[in-house]
Amino acid sequence: MKPEELLYAPTHEWVAVAKENGVQVATIGITDFAVKQLTDLVYMELPEVGRKLAAGQEFGEVESVKAVSPLYSPVAGEVIAVNSELPNRLETLNDDPFGQGWVMKVKLSDETALSKLLDYAAYQKQCSEQG
Amino acid sequence: MYFYNTPEDQQAMLAAIGAASITELFRSIPESMQLSRPLNLPPALTEIELTQHLSALAAKNDHAGNKVCFLGGGSYDHFIPAVIDALAGRGEFYTSYTPYQPEVSQGNLQATFEYQTLICQLTGMDVSNASLYDGGSATVEAALLAISVTRRPKKVVTLGSVHPEYRQILATYFTAMEAELVTVACPAGAANLEDVAAAIDDQTAAVLVQHPNFFGCLEEVEKLAKLAHDKGALLIVACDPISLGLLKRPGDLGADVVVAEGQSLGSPMAYGGPYLGIMACREQFVRRMPGRIAGQTVDRRGKRCWVLTLQTREQHIRREKATSNICTNQGLFALRAAIYLSVLGPQGLRETAENCLRKAHYAAEAITADERFRLAFAQPYFKEFVVRDSKGDVKELLHDAYDAGLLAGVPLGQWYPELSDCFLVTVTEKRTQPEIDHLANTLSAGSGVSSLHKPHTARGAFISRSEMSAQ
Amino acid sequence: MRNHRATQLLFELSKSGRRGVKIPPAGVLAERPLESLLPGDALAESPPPLPEVPEPEVVRHFTNLSTLNMSVDTHFYPLGSCTMKYNSKRNERLASLPGLLDVHPYQPEESLQGMLQLLYDLEQFFAEIAGLPAVSLQPAAGAHGELTALMVAAAYYREQGQQRTKVLAPDSAHGTNPASAQMAGFEFVTIKTRPDGTVDLEHLQSHLDDSVAVFMITNPSTLGLFDKQVQEIADLVHAQGGLIYLDGANMNAILGIARPGDFGADMMHYNPHKTFSGPHGGGGPGAGPICVAEKLRAYLPTPAIVKDERGYRLEEDRPLSIGRVRSFFGNVGVLVRAYCYIRTHGPEGLKQVAENAVLNANYLLAKVKHILPVPHGERCMHEFVASGSELKKTKGVSAMDLAKRLLDYGFHAPTVYFPLTVPEAIMIEPTETESKETLDAFASTLFRITDESADLLHEAPHTTVVSRPDEVAAAKYPTLKWTPAPELRNDAT
Repeated sequence: MKPEELLYAPTHEWVAVAKENGVQVATIGITDFAVKQLTDLVYMELPEVGRKLAAGQEFGEVESVKAVSPLYSPVAGEVIAVNSELPNRLETLNDDPFGQGWVMKVKLSDETALSKLLDYAAYQKQCSEQG
Repeated sequence: MYFYNTPEDQQAMLAAIGAASITELFRSIPESMQLSRPLNLPPALTEIELTQHLSALAAKNDHAGNKVCFLGGGSYDHFIPAVIDALAGRGEFYTSYTPYQPEVSQGNLQATFEYQTLICQLTGMDVSNASLYDGGSATVEAALLAISVTRRPKKVVTLGSVHPEYRQILATYFTAMEAELVTVACPAGAANLEDVAAAIDDQTAAVLVQHPNFFGCLEEVEKLAKLAHDKGALLIVACDPISLGLLKRPGDLGADVVVAEGQSLGSPMAYGGPYLGIMACREQFVRRMPGRIAGQTVDRRGKRCWVLTLQTREQHIRREKATSNICTNQGLFALRAAIYLSVLGPQGLRETAENCLRKAHYAAEAITADERFRLAFAQPYFKEFVVRDSKGDVKELLHDAYDAGLLAGVPLGQWYPELSDCFLVTVTEKRTQPEIDHLANTLSAGSGVSSLHKPHTARGAFISRSEMSAQ
Repeated sequence: MRNHRATQLLFELSKSGRRGVKIPPAGVLAERPLESLLPGDALAESPPPLPEVPEPEVVRHFTNLSTLNMSVDTHFYPLGSCTMKYNSKRNERLASLPGLLDVHPYQPEESLQGMLQLLYDLEQFFAEIAGLPAVSLQPAAGAHGELTALMVAAAYYREQGQQRTKVLAPDSAHGTNPASAQMAGFEFVTIKTRPDGTVDLEHLQSHLDDSVAVFMITNPSTLGLFDKQVQEIADLVHAQGGLIYLDGANMNAILGIARPGDFGADMMHYNPHKTFSGPHGGGGPGAGPICVAEKLRAYLPTPAIVKDERGYRLEEDRPLSIGRVRSFFGNVGVLVRAYCYIRTHGPEGLKQVAENAVLNANYLLAKVKHILPVPHGERCMHEFVASGSELKKTKGVSAMDLAKRLLDYGFHAPTVYFPLTVPEAIMIEPTETESKETLDAFASTLFRITDESADLLHEAPHTTVVSRPDEVAAAKYPTLKWTPAPELRNDAT
C-alpha cells in the first residue's frame, strides 16, 4: 500500500479502507515513524478475532526492552483478521510496515471515526513536529 | 557506628565543598521543619552491650531448639543443611544489590536462573519468576494474574481448606479492588467437588486450592482443574514444596499457576519471615507474571550469560497500568532454596518427604491410641493432621504440653469456630520417634509432665477414597 | 583463574546416581507400603527431575558464583536511591540467635515475650524517628508498605463516609506509586514538577478538590533535594481533607534532623534495608513498615502488638482494620537487624548517619561537578543527580558507557537514566559508611574515564566475566530456564 493513500491516527496507526465481500473493511497497521521511535521491538500482543472495538480503544501493544506502547484502534468495528505471523517476525514491521506488516482487519460498524483521521500530509506534519 | 570521617576529614571535606559547617549543608530544610531536640531513643550500645541485650531478649523466647516443635500451618521446622548458611552467608551474596549491572552480578543472575529452573522441575510448570515476598503474597499475585489473563475482574473461588491467613490477605486486596472472594467451606477437611462446581461460574477468574491443604489433607487437584477449566477459569494450586518429593506435581495435574511458601526449602522459621514466595505458571501467562525474571542471553563476545528480562511487565515501566506493584524479590531466600534443592537432589527430597509422611502417620496413630483423641478428618494427609479433643479442652491441653517441653500444635478455633476443639499437628523429618512418643504420652496424660517413652504399636491404616465415600 | 566447570549450570554438573545430603530412614511404620499411607493416584512415579550433585560440587559451584558478584563487602556501591551502606556483621550474628531465628510464628505468646518486646520497642523507635505515632511492621517491602498505607487511607475515608477516588503524585515518583494507587482502587493523577525538581504547585492546586484522597511525595526527592514546599503542599492537601503520604526511601538524609510527621506527612513507609542497613541480599528481602497519624491507627493491618499488665500480645480483633496484608508477622528478620542498627547508633549516632551521608554526598558532588554538571544546584542531601549530556554531546559517550567503564576500575556503577527528568542521569549516593579516600579514588577514576577514548568506553566493560549482554535477544526469545539437550531429555526428565 502507498503511504500517501492511507489515513492516519495521531497515535501512529495507519488505516486503509476497502470493500471486501460487500462490507467496509479497515486494514490497520503501525507507521514506519512509530516503529523507528520504538527501536528494537521484542514483543507484540494482537487482539482476538471477533473482538468488538470502539474507535480509540486499546487493542494490543508493542514492547521494546524497556518500553510498552499501547496500540489504539483508529476505527470502530469487529476484528475479522489478525496478522498472526507478525509477533514471530517483528522485523516485518521495519521492512514493510505498510504492507506485510499489517496488524489487523476490522469490519467497520460505524464510519464516523474515519473523518477524524489525518491524511498523509497532516500526519507527516505531526511527525516532523514530534521528531 | 560505622563512620570513617574524622573531625579533620570533615573539615577538609567542608573546605572542598565551600561550606562552613555540616549544619550549613542542611540549610535547605527550613529551621521550622527541623527537629530541635535529640530523638527520644535509648542511648547507643557497643557491640558487647548489644550482644548482651539481644541475648537477653532472645532468652525470653522459646524456640525449636529448647522445645520440641510440632507446629506448622505454613511455617515448618525442616532440617537446614549446613552448606546453606555457609554459602548464602557469603557477603558477596547477601550484601549485593539487585542485578541491574549484569556484568558484575552474574553470580546472582545465574543462581536466579537456576532457581527458576529448579522451581519448574519441582512444580512441573513452564516458567517461574525470581520469587515474591512469601506464600501469602504469591497467592494474592496468582489471583491477580488470573484476573488479568481471563479479564474476569470480579470473582475468585477458594476453599475453606486454604490457609486462613492467605485468604485473609486476599480479602484485604479484594476489598480494595471491589472483587468478590467466594469461599467454599470444607467441613470434611477437603473440597467437596459438587460444592466447588456450584460456586464456579463464567465470571470466575480462578479457583484457588491448597494441596496438601491447611489441614494437611490432599485435594483432588485433577478434578478441581477440570471444574475450573470447564468454566474458563484458571486453577491456582498452593503447594507444600516438600510434599513434591512424593506427590504428583501440580503442573502434571492441570494447575495453571502454582504458588508455594518456600520457607521449607532451607530457610529458618524466624517468627514468620522473611520467607520465599514461589510462583510458577504456564508459558502463555509469562507476560502477566509479576516480579523479576532472569533470562539467558549472550554477551558482546558471544558468551552465555544472564540478565533480568521481560522488564516491561514491571511497575517501573507500566506504572498505573501494572497488574502488580511488586519490585523486589527475595533473592537471598531464592538462593537458599536453590542450594537446598541442589544439595538434596531428587533422592534427598524423596527421603525427606517420605520421612515426614511416615512420622506424621505414626504420630497420628500414637495420639489417637487414646480414645480422647480422634482425627478430625477422614482424608489422606501428608505431614500435618487435625486432632479433635473429645473433651474440647485444647487450650489447657496445649498449655500442659508446653510445660512438658512441647510446642504440640496450632489451635484452630481462632480461624474455624467449628474446630475450636481441634488442633493441627505437624511432623517433619527432624522429629524423632522418642519425641513423637513423648507428644502422644503427654497429650494422653492430659496434664503434667510425662516421662513415658514407650513406642506405640501401629494401628489402623489409610482410609481409601472409596471407603470414605461410603461413610 | 576459572576453569570451564566454574560457570556451568548446576544441571550440567549433574550426573545420575550422585547425591548430596542423605536423610535417615523414618524408622517408624517402615514396613507400610506408601500406597497404604497415601492414595496411589496422588503419588508420583519418581521424584522431581532435580539435578544430582554431591555436596562438595554444590559448595564449589555457589562459591564460584558468589565471586562473580560485586557486593558492599567487596566494593564501593554509589548506587543512587539504594543506600548501599555497610551491613554490619554483628546484626547478622544477633539475628541468628536461636531465640530469634528458630521461633515459630504460632508459638504461644508467653513463649515469645522477648520477640514481641523487641518488635514493640522497634515500633516506638520508628514512630519517634518519623514523628508519626502508629506503626505497622507487617508490610514486606517498600512497595507493599505504600499499598498498605493507601488501603488504610481508603478504609479511613470509607469510615468517614467520603468518596475520594484519586491519588496524586509528582511525575518524578517511583513507578511503585502509581502501581500501588491503582491496586488500592484509586485513580492515579500525575502532577508536574518544575525544572528544579520541585512540585509544580499551580498544577497541584488545579487538581486539588474533595475527590483527592492522598498526595504521595518523596522528600528528600530522588534528585537528592529537600522540597521546602512540603509543608505548604501539606497545608493545601489537608485543607481539602486529603492525606499526605511520604515515600521514605530517602530517610537516610534526615535521620534525627527532621521528621516527616513534623513537616506534614500523615503516613510514610521506611525501607529498613536501605536506611537501617538490612542487607540487600541480591534483590531482597526488604521490609516496608509504615507509620501513620493517630487518626489512622485503627485502620492499620492486623495483627497489632499490644502491651498490657500481662506482657506483650498480638491483637487480631480490630474492627476498623483493613485486615491482613502479610502472613504471620512480616519480615521479622529484617526488622531485627533494623532494631540492632538503631540500638547501635542511639539518637546522636543516627543524626551522625544523616550528617555524614550528606557530607559525603556534597563532597563528591563538589569533586565531580566540573566534569559532570549537576543541573539541580551546588548542594544536595544524601545523593545527587549529575548529567552526562555534556559528555554525550562532546565525545559521544553516554551515561551507560561511563557506568560500564567504572566496573572495569572496580567500582559499582551509579544508577543511570533515573530519574527520567534529567538527561543522561547519573545518580550517585555514597552513604556515610565510605571514607574520603574512597570518594577521592572514585572521583579520580571518573576524571580518568572522561579522558579515555570513546571507542574504549563504548565497548566497556573489558575486564568483567561478561560484557554488555544482549538484552534485546533476552526479551525477544525468552529463555527462562535450563532445558536438557534433546538427546538427553529422556533420562533427565
